[in-house]
Amino acid sequence: MRPLAAILVRDMRIAVRVGGGALMGVLFFLVVVALTPFAVGPDLALLKRIGPAILWLAALLASLLALDRLFASDHEDGSLDLILTGHAPLELVVAMKGLAHWLTTGLPLVIVAPLIGLFLNIDAPAEGALVLTLLVGTPALTFIGLIGAAISVTLRRGGLLLAIIVLPLTVPVLIFGVAAANAAITGPVPFGTPFTILCALTLMSVVVGPFAAAAALRQEIE
Amino acid sequence: MPLIDLANPSRFLKLADSTIPWLSGLTVLAFAFGIEQAMLAPEDYQQGATVKIMFLHVPSAWLGMLAWGVMTVAALGTLVWRHPLADVTAKAAAPIGAAFTLLCLITGSLWGRPEWGTYWVWDARLTSELILFLLYLAVIALWHTVDDPSRAARAAAILTLVGAIDLPIVKFSVDWWNTLHQGSSVFRIGGSTIDPSILTPLLTMAGAFTLLFVTLLVAAMRNEILRRRVRTLHLLQASAVS
Repeated sequence: MRPLAAILVRDMRIAVRVGGGALMGVLFFLVVVALTPFAVGPDLALLKRIGPAILWLAALLASLLALDRLFASDHEDGSLDLILTGHAPLELVVAMKGLAHWLTTGLPLVIVAPLIGLFLNIDAPAEGALVLTLLVGTPALTFIGLIGAAISVTLRRGGLLLAIIVLPLTVPVLIFGVAAANAAITGPVPFGTPFTILCALTLMSVVVGPFAAAAALRQEIE
Repeated sequence: MPLIDLANPSRFLKLADSTIPWLSGLTVLAFAFGIEQAMLAPEDYQQGATVKIMFLHVPSAWLGMLAWGVMTVAALGTLVWRHPLADVTAKAAAPIGAAFTLLCLITGSLWGRPEWGTYWVWDARLTSELILFLLYLAVIALWHTVDDPSRAARAAAILTLVGAIDLPIVKFSVDWWNTLHQGSSVFRIGGSTIDPSILTPLLTMAGAFTLLFVTLLVAAMRNEILRRRVRTLHLLQASAVS
């Protein structure tokens, strides 16, 4: 367990200390949400209706931010080679890196989401449901993103390719995340139906993501 | 001939050169037969002549999924057996599958306009098919971004395996969700619900499309092998100069 804990602590330290850290993701999230009223007009009724969708899209884009450096910086400074030759199973190491990524980019978004929901005229009870969908759904975004990050690890400019690879795979998460939030706000579907599917998607990506990403890393680094 | 023999590219090239004329001829014949049957098929009592779009739409949808299936098997071939031909198959199949999927989307939207009153709806079948198309483009982009072909092959193989999750979603989307797109009517439990007068031309066209796919795939694989030889020659030439 010790190497895994060390990786978690190290990755979180890097995320917080280098390049503005976790605040950058939150700031990006805020800017994307703030841009929307300029694009669709400051119509509060409309914003209330599309609010969950905007928050989810912004969260999706924000979770992409740090992904392209997740394995690439480790590859460049050689620590990835150390990890690959180490005793800790690569799948678990990758999962730990995913956890660190979520704790530093996903979780802050979930924490500020209620505040940002206010700007979009979302009521307090609906707000709770929306935050719950983000809390459950954002890990799926991170763990699906791991696959793209691992595939594009050796590419010098993998950022754009990463987005092209990862975004189509995240569509189901987006669909059920927004569906659950909307179900809580307007109905008529009960909140539980899309929400349990969202939970299932997250659990599945937590299993598939680390294995696929670890396989990709083993293939890429030889 | 066992599959392992084809690992030798020269042997595959010889096989390709001798089969491509036959495959092309068969494809042309199958299309001539299929199009004639499609023309003679009766019109639908509600949809009129637009039902004939189906003879293009349904086979291209099947082939779009079949191509990803071929790529998935090839991806296993790349990762598990390191079969040299698997890389080539996967790379050659991607643009062909993308073209079939695009054809399916275009014909479907042209068919949807008169029947549903809209070119596009965000229903589960249409959305999952669009995602399949985007995944094709992502795989093609990956192939083009990585310089070294064998490294690109392994990265693309993993993306292909992950993307294969979309195939059952496309197939069963009409059963799982209540969609505007009609439910399964050809391959379903309890037999097909399509009248034989339309089902026979449909299956004939599907056969013609499959032959077209095989022909294009073998030709594209041959081109890819030749392209790799040219690349190797260029590299040799460059190292000789320096």
